[in-house]
Amino acid sequence: MTRPSVPKPAGVAQPQVVTLRIDGRDVSARSDETILSVARQNRIDIPTLCYLDGLSGWGACRLCLVDIKGTPKLLPACVTLVREGMEVTTDSPRLQKYRRMVLELLFSERNHVCSVCVSNGKCELQAMAQRLGMTHVSLPYRYPRLEFDSSNDLFRMDHNRCILCTRCVRVCDEIEGAHTWDCRGRGIETRIISDLNEPWGESSTCTRCGKCVNVCPTGALSQKGTAVAEMTKRVTFLPYLTLMRNSDEP
Amino acid sequence: MSLVAVKPSPPSNDKRWKIVDATMRRHGHEPRALIETLHTVQETFGYLDDQALRYVALSLRTPLSKVYGVATFYHFFTLKPQGEHACVVCMGTACYIKGAPQLLEAIGQKYGIKPGQTTADNRLSLLTARCVGSCGLAPAVVFDGEVVGRLDKSDTLARIEKLICAKPAEVQHDT
Amino acid sequence: MTPEELQKVAIIEQESQEQYDHRIHVCMAAGCLSNRADLVKQQLEKQIAANGLERRCTVKGVGCMGLCAAGPLVSIQPKGIMYQEVKPTDAPDIIQTLDKAPIERLRCDTAMPFFKEQKKVVLENCGLIDPERVEEYIAVGGYQGLLKALTEMQPAEVIEEVTRSGLRGRGGAGFPTGLKWSTVAKAQHPDGRKFVICNADEGDPGAFMDRSVLESDPHRILEGMAIAAYAVGATQGYLYVRAEYPLAVKRLKQAIRQAERLALLGNNIFGTPFSFNVDIRLGAGAFVCGEETALIASIEGKRGQPRPRPPFPAESGLWGCPTLINNVETFANIPPILRNGGEWFAQIGTEKSKGTKVFALAGRVKNTGLIEVPMGIPLRRIIFDIGGGIPDGRKFKAVQTGGPSGGCLPERFLDMPVDYESLMQAGSIMGSGGMIVMDDTSCMVDVARYFMEFCMSESCGKCVPCRVGTAQMHDLLVKIIEKRATDSDVRLLNELCDMVQSTSLCGLGQTAPNPVLSTLRYFPEEYEALVQAGREREAAGSNGSAMHVAPQLKPNSTQPQAHVDSEVTP
Ligand SMILES: Cc1cc2nc3c(=O)[nH]c(=O)nc-3n(C[C@H](O)[C@H](O)[C@H](O)COP(=O)(O)O)c2cc1C
Ligand code: FES
Ligand code: FES
Repeated sequence: MTRPSVPKPAGVAQPQVVTLRIDGRDVSARSDETILSVARQNRIDIPTLCYLDGLSGWGACRLCLVDIKGTPKLLPACVTLVREGMEVTTDSPRLQKYRRMVLELLFSERNHVCSVCVSNGKCELQAMAQRLGMTHVSLPYRYPRLEFDSSNDLFRMDHNRCILCTRCVRVCDEIEGAHTWDCRGRGIETRIISDLNEPWGESSTCTRCGKCVNVCPTGALSQKGTAVAEMTKRVTFLPYLTLMRNSDEP
Repeated sequence: MSLVAVKPSPPSNDKRWKIVDATMRRHGHEPRALIETLHTVQETFGYLDDQALRYVALSLRTPLSKVYGVATFYHFFTLKPQGEHACVVCMGTACYIKGAPQLLEAIGQKYGIKPGQTTADNRLSLLTARCVGSCGLAPAVVFDGEVVGRLDKSDTLARIEKLICAKPAEVQHDT
Repeated sequence: MTPEELQKVAIIEQESQEQYDHRIHVCMAAGCLSNRADLVKQQLEKQIAANGLERRCTVKGVGCMGLCAAGPLVSIQPKGIMYQEVKPTDAPDIIQTLDKAPIERLRCDTAMPFFKEQKKVVLENCGLIDPERVEEYIAVGGYQGLLKALTEMQPAEVIEEVTRSGLRGRGGAGFPTGLKWSTVAKAQHPDGRKFVICNADEGDPGAFMDRSVLESDPHRILEGMAIAAYAVGATQGYLYVRAEYPLAVKRLKQAIRQAERLALLGNNIFGTPFSFNVDIRLGAGAFVCGEETALIASIEGKRGQPRPRPPFPAESGLWGCPTLINNVETFANIPPILRNGGEWFAQIGTEKSKGTKVFALAGRVKNTGLIEVPMGIPLRRIIFDIGGGIPDGRKFKAVQTGGPSGGCLPERFLDMPVDYESLMQAGSIMGSGGMIVMDDTSCMVDVARYFMEFCMSESCGKCVPCRVGTAQMHDLLVKIIEKRATDSDVRLLNELCDMVQSTSLCGLGQTAPNPVLSTLRYFPEEYEALVQAGREREAAGSNGSAMHVAPQLKPNSTQPQAHVDSEVTP
């Protein structure tokens, strides 16, 4: 997994101050900042799912797509750097439609039965659906039959709820440094695995730190002993950890 | 206990690990050599088993899950041993248009295997490819590495028979 | 090697070729090899020995002569006679008649449109030189372009020349090559490293242009890469080749060794300060690795997943360094451009699409094989003149270009010129050069399903629209084919096409809907027939077993054998 997921354009030595326009507002930013972070500093909220403060950007869920004037393609705000004179639109009927469809695709991909989920009421996917007004799924559900790994004595992994945002993979690699998680296969067959696709409980690299469980946006990773709607997640440790790490650097 | 990484020793004293080691050495045991190394393992041993993956991971100082992720991302790699003979039916567009699915079905029917499977007696593996580059001669099938074009069903079945009966008679008595 | 030495190698080789009265070329490219051209070559050699003709004749294996459908092909130089479908048993006759009239029953008419209508730039040496010998490449002017660039031109002048030629990338999108080179040339990296990558991952299922060039003329690619490296300031190159092309890999490895031995690669090439090395990296069966950022990830030893661009590889590519990625055919065009000048190249083709394009002509057309035509030639000339039309008296239905990213064009586009813009406007793309002809036995909905299945299984799984969207679209297409679909399913399919196109991370997802969109646009009646059948069935309340085939696909008695049966439901 690429660590610096926003490769800096080569040769840009010193970040410069640039001005740009987001949703009609003039804002200024450093040239090494992403559109997402500049927007958030200016209280313009762009929906995100795979992005998490403190982890490298991944650009995969496509919820944060924004329209940039003069660019034919929609670009993910979470990994696209700002440029001088950029004109960004973060919300439009078209973007809303696409965002709702992304959620519909996610709901149809696996088995998200909120009513029996440990994260019911605390789930980012569920909250996003409510926020973006996704009232129903018009696509057929795919109902794959997926496993459930409860071999770890503290945590469990339910692939039925996984949306492959890879936050767990990234936190384990970038923050904990264990790299227990990764993805196997590809396309619709992609699954999160630990080590050589072994039961989590038998992993030789897992430190049982629980960071992955806390960054998981859904009920895929959860603490054992939690019942329906009981699983709460703490991610406040992340910015703190990265802050500490960065301050180590001279 | 020392935390200095020790060079792992090969899973067995099979001489073939030397070939794998040579590939890794050529790339300075850098993690970037992962795919090249997996190619070498598969070429030498025919497939990638857990043991091999673990050894490669340790030698290249690459996380286990990452090695597994790479090995399963690329369809050229196989984690299961293949049968004695392989029949690869091209399912590229040219071959598809010219009847490759029918060839596949005929083989499947006769030997009771689906693409990706091996017969119970381990004599034949049936595989598909996305294009073997002989589209001018579609439909094409690769029999144990030999590309043959312009096939029909009976040709194909006859060639497979010939292939798996190459070492005749005595094997049949066992079954 | 000095320029004089290069000249000397060329002259010696030319003389040694000319000492023979007859040079017999046997095609040893993949197509003919699979028809046992190797045995033909063996027999010819035996016959020459048996007749004591070693001093007058020579046999050599050469690259693809184009007409793969009629292989094995043998040509006799300098007379220019070509024989087709040669069997090992024909060897005695061929040798006996060398000084006499050619054998009529084997004769392949080189005046037929298949050969006449072509214009060879990229393939100029294919079928003429032995790809396993660098001397032969040098004898036909090989490495002269590199020599000229290194000794007479500044890097900026090389880029200027390429820009003047109007060459556009042959990997699919048609990005102006000169512009890409100048971007990489300008990009800076703190540690000064830059890379040149040749994209030989040829993923389009049903295309084999790059393979043929690599197998028939490997040094041309090395020369093209070296010139590019000089122009952009790189010192290391990578050739990313599919592992499914073992022969191409073998010949490339050999070519690299030979070039290194003659110091045409390595340090201080031609005594100049310029140094360049090339390594081969093997692909491992992932179509998406043809996408440039995925290809880079793969060379770095990772899962071949693309990353969002910008930054483009030209700014930040392999190991974060500026990286030039071009297709095999793009590089193959470079040496002649340097030798003959950009203006010469710009004369060929149309206003916006310069030069020639190699196509792999396949499917339901008589003369399948490898062809090279000037840009702007109408599709009809390719399919009916060069390709010889549709066999078995059937009717043309559609031509597919661009593979899984392209579209299917119906009859009314046959007079359209083949260039980047026209194809794009018609809803297809130039792609890398696969051209598959379909007759009325093909069901277009099934073709759309075929490509969607391909995209679904080749999707890397990183972004949601491509990972789940292709699977959903595939399911919907199956539903339509199985006559279970309703109008709302077709509407949903349309919506998904738009969404996946607009929101996917890389080109794979962004273009995956193209085959569906183009068939929906040009063959709506086939979709309608299937949906209508579904409506009727629903009305009749039947739930009989689903058929996997369109009604018009049902076998009829005139259809050739190979693809008839099996579709009949038991
Ligand atoms: C899914 C996908 C597959 C691709 N496959 C290939 C390929 O097999 N060969 C190739 O040359 N380019 C391929 N490309 C295009 C490359 O990304 C890239 O544009 C090209 O290599 C640039 O070279 P050019 O400028 O010479 O065309 C592919 C692109 C995508 C999105
Ligand atoms: S948050 Fe940007 S793509 Fe997921
Ligand atoms: S499509 Fe089968 S060989 Fe290319």
